[in-house]
Order: sequence, then structure tokens, then C-alpha cells
Amino acid sequence: MIALYTRRRLINGINLTVALLAMLFGLFWLGWILWTLISHGFPSLSLSLFTQMTPPPGSNGGLLNAIAGSLFMTMVATLIGTPVGILAGTYLAEFGQRGWLAPTTRFINDILLSAPSIVIGLFIYEVYVVTMGHFSGWAGSFALAMIVIPVVVRTTENMLCLVPNSLREAAAALGAPQWKVVILVTLRASTTGILTGILLAVARVSGETAPLLFTALNNQFWNGNMNQPMANLPVVIFQFAMSPYEDWQHLAWAGALLITFTVLTLNILARFFFRQKSQSY
Amino acid sequence: MNGTVITNPKVVIKDLNFHYGSFHALKSINLNIPEKKVTAFIGPSGCGKSTLLRTFNRMYELYPKQVASGEILLDGQNILDAKQDLNRLRAKVGMVFQKPTPFPMSIFDNITFGVKLYENLSKRDMADRVEWALRKAALWEEVKDKLKQSGNSLSGGQQQRLCIARAIAVKPEVVLLDEPASALDPISTAHIEELIHELKKDYTILIVTHNMQQAARVSDYTAYMYLGDLIEFGDTDMIFTTPKKTATEDYITGKFG
Repeated sequence: MIALYTRRRLINGINLTVALLAMLFGLFWLGWILWTLISHGFPSLSLSLFTQMTPPPGSNGGLLNAIAGSLFMTMVATLIGTPVGILAGTYLAEFGQRGWLAPTTRFINDILLSAPSIVIGLFIYEVYVVTMGHFSGWAGSFALAMIVIPVVVRTTENMLCLVPNSLREAAAALGAPQWKVVILVTLRASTTGILTGILLAVARVSGETAPLLFTALNNQFWNGNMNQPMANLPVVIFQFAMSPYEDWQHLAWAGALLITFTVLTLNILARFFFRQKSQSY
Repeated sequence: MNGTVITNPKVVIKDLNFHYGSFHALKSINLNIPEKKVTAFIGPSGCGKSTLLRTFNRMYELYPKQVASGEILLDGQNILDAKQDLNRLRAKVGMVFQKPTPFPMSIFDNITFGVKLYENLSKRDMADRVEWALRKAALWEEVKDKLKQSGNSLSGGQQQRLCIARAIAVKPEVVLLDEPASALDPISTAHIEELIHELKKDYTILIVTHNMQQAARVSDYTAYMYLGDLIEFGDTDMIFTTPKKTATEDYITGKFG
């Protein structure tokens, strides 16, 4: 009896230690990445980053056009991807119990979810950029939307599946037709969860480089026209970091720092929302 | 089979069979349910009492492969008929579930949810209806100052009374209670039982319960079911003191089940 107990404590201790070491291993690299980023990026932060355009090599400048372009394309991608994603996710969770359409859609969505983003970039290049004959902000937004959609579909479906069936039954027992049950009860019960999913999707696309390389390309100048090539942070970082010019490299570090902290903030916001949810239920 | 003759029944069940896929869950049930009385369904787990309850508002239709055949006459009309309008049926037959299920909205909106499906009331009339339903469910005094708060902010017992108020607000004629107190503490249970006593003045109440003392306390008639068969139905006093079948007696005295 005592021996059994000691053994159990020993195994528990070993497992805890291994888990702790695994966590430290992960944290170590994350810490290193953040440290490198901050130590290189922080000195390059300045007000001109937000007021000036990307410069030619050898002169001073900022990242204003890239920041604005990234914000703009991410926003359009979210506006396109969110309604599609929520509607599809709702279909999968609430209406797709019978038949073959839902399992097929779910399978394809899972493939889309894990598709390399460069493939999505190439796809939009082929169907939109080639057809239109030029790179554009729209193409960039479409590519990002293709990444937003599967994430939102998946979280919407998961969040709706968390809503207990008893709640659906209770609404149906009052005589509510299914569409009212879905809109007034189940979607409302999972609002915060779905919102969290959207924030995570935004965080995901705001750092994507590959799908923008072939679609929005880049732009040295301020551009508010979605039909023109558009500057964006990830591609600017990619180009500037690879360049031999030191001032470009500094700007790349500053841009990387900006993106990282935006993504970090979005993730923290998402967690914050989710915690609100668990408190109110 | 019937130890008691029910004259002028609210619900008449004729040769009702129910299948979950290939599983035969209810085997030709015949039963008359009296109006404005409490009828309790008891029996061990899996005997089909919840299944039976869910046929009265055709709740089972939410799920594929669940089929009922036979007849359930509510005021003489067969509700299993394909022509029966489901929403109208559910307006007439309300249901309260085992676990409290407040909707993610305010207490006020929880009550109006069902009412709005059938009636276009003015703001004033709607407020009156909410108060009426909450008073009927003996919850008004506890929530009258916080109608705007989320239904989830209430205690478990209060949530269950909110669900009862929500079901009553639609003004049904039959109320189905599926183990309404099994997730509640003894004091909340007592509240619910008092409430059932009050409600039977106006409604025909059908209750499924695992708790035999509860069945004895709240019901006028009791049906004992086992493995999909209706074993015995009769006056609650009769079922609990002088059951005609030994199977019923064994279950009630705790020799079995």
C-alpha cells in the first residue's frame, strides 16, 4: 500500500519535471526570438516610422505606406472572410447533420486550413492577377481572405458545437423554427468564442508574407488605390531584410517588431474576450 | 392494464411504438392522460419514460433515425400526423428539461422569446405577460428588480423556475417536465414541487422522475414503465400502496431497479 503510494508520487514527480522542462525549452526559444527582435528593432523605432514612406536605399524614411497597406488589406480580407466563414461554420454545425455536403465541406475546409499559404498566393495570382494583368491590393486582400475563411469556419463550428444540445431543444420546445433557434440562441451563446476566432484569424493573416508576394507585390509610395500594387509590412520586411543596405535592414527590424506586437496584442485580446465568456456562463 | 378509468382524457395514446434506428424503445403503449392533473412516469433508466415524454411535442424529430408510429390524440387530434404543424403543437405543449437552460439573454427576454413567436403584444402587454409568467413560476419577487440581468446570473433553482415561467408564458395547455428537479438541491426541489401543485389547476402536467418519493408527492396518477412497456397505470395512491402487478411492487419497494 505504502510502496504503491510512493511509486505513484515518484511517477507524478517525474512527469511534472519532464513537462516543466518541455515548457522551459519552448519558452527559451520564444524568449530568444523576442529578445533579438526587441534588441534590434527597438533602437530603430521612431516617429518617422509612422509618418514617412519607405525610402530608396541610402536615405531616411519610414514604413507608413506599408503599415497602411497592411491594415487596409487585412481589413478587407476580414470583411470578406468573416461573413463567409461564419455562415459556412453555422451550416456545418447546425444544418449539416444529414447528407454528404457537410462532411465534404468540412474535409475541404481542413485541407484549406493546412494549405501552405504560398499555394494560396499562387492560386490568386493565377486566377486574379493574371486575368487582370497586374498586381493589386484587391488580389492581396483576396489571398488573405482565403486564409481567414477556413480559420473562421473552423472556430465558428467548434464554438457552436460547444453550445449544449439542451439549449437547442429548449428553444425548439417553445416552437421556434430552426433559423430562429440558430440566430437568437446558439449563435448568441457563442458570440464571444466566434469573436475570438476572428481575432485569431486577423492575427494569423497580419504576418503572412507568401500570399502577398504574388498578389499585392509592393509599392514604394503611398497608394490608396486597391487596383494598384500595394505596400505591406511582411513583403517590405522580406525585401529590406534581404537587402545589403543597413538603413533598410533597420527598418525591417522595426517592422518585424511592429507586426509581432500587433499579433501579440490581438492574441491577448482574444484571450481576454474568451475569459469574459467563461465568467458569464 | 389500466387500474383506473380516465373519463374525458386530455391525451389519448393508442398503440404507440417508437424506434431509435433498429432499437424498439416503446412497445405499443396505450394510455389515457387526464386533464389538469399531474401524471408521473416512473421506471428504471432506459425504460422509455423520457422517450415517451418527448413524443408529446415531437422533440425526437430534431434527430435523425428516431421514428414514432401509432396515435397520440391531443384533444382528439392526432399530433403524430404529418400534417400537424410542429410549431403550433409546441405552443400547446410546453417542456422543461432536466438541466436548467436559460437562453444567453436577459431574464425579461428569456420570457418574451416564446411569446414573440406567437403573439404581437404591445410593450405594456408584454411586460404584463412577463410579470404574470414569473409570478406563476413563483420567481417574480426574486427577480423583479433585475429583469435586465442575464438569465445565467440566477442560481440553479431560480434558472429552472425561469424555464418553467418561459414555458408557461406561451400559455400552453400541457406541460412536460423531464426530471425537472434532479439537478437541484432539496430546497429548490421543494420549490419546484410546490409549483407543480399550483400549476395543475390550469395545466395538464406530465412529469418524468427518477425519484419515487417525488412521484408520490406531486402526482395524481402514476405510470410504471419497464423496458419499453407500460406495466401499470393508475391512481398514485393505488400504485404506491396496492399495486396490482408484482413488477411494480418490486420496483416501488426497492427490491428491484
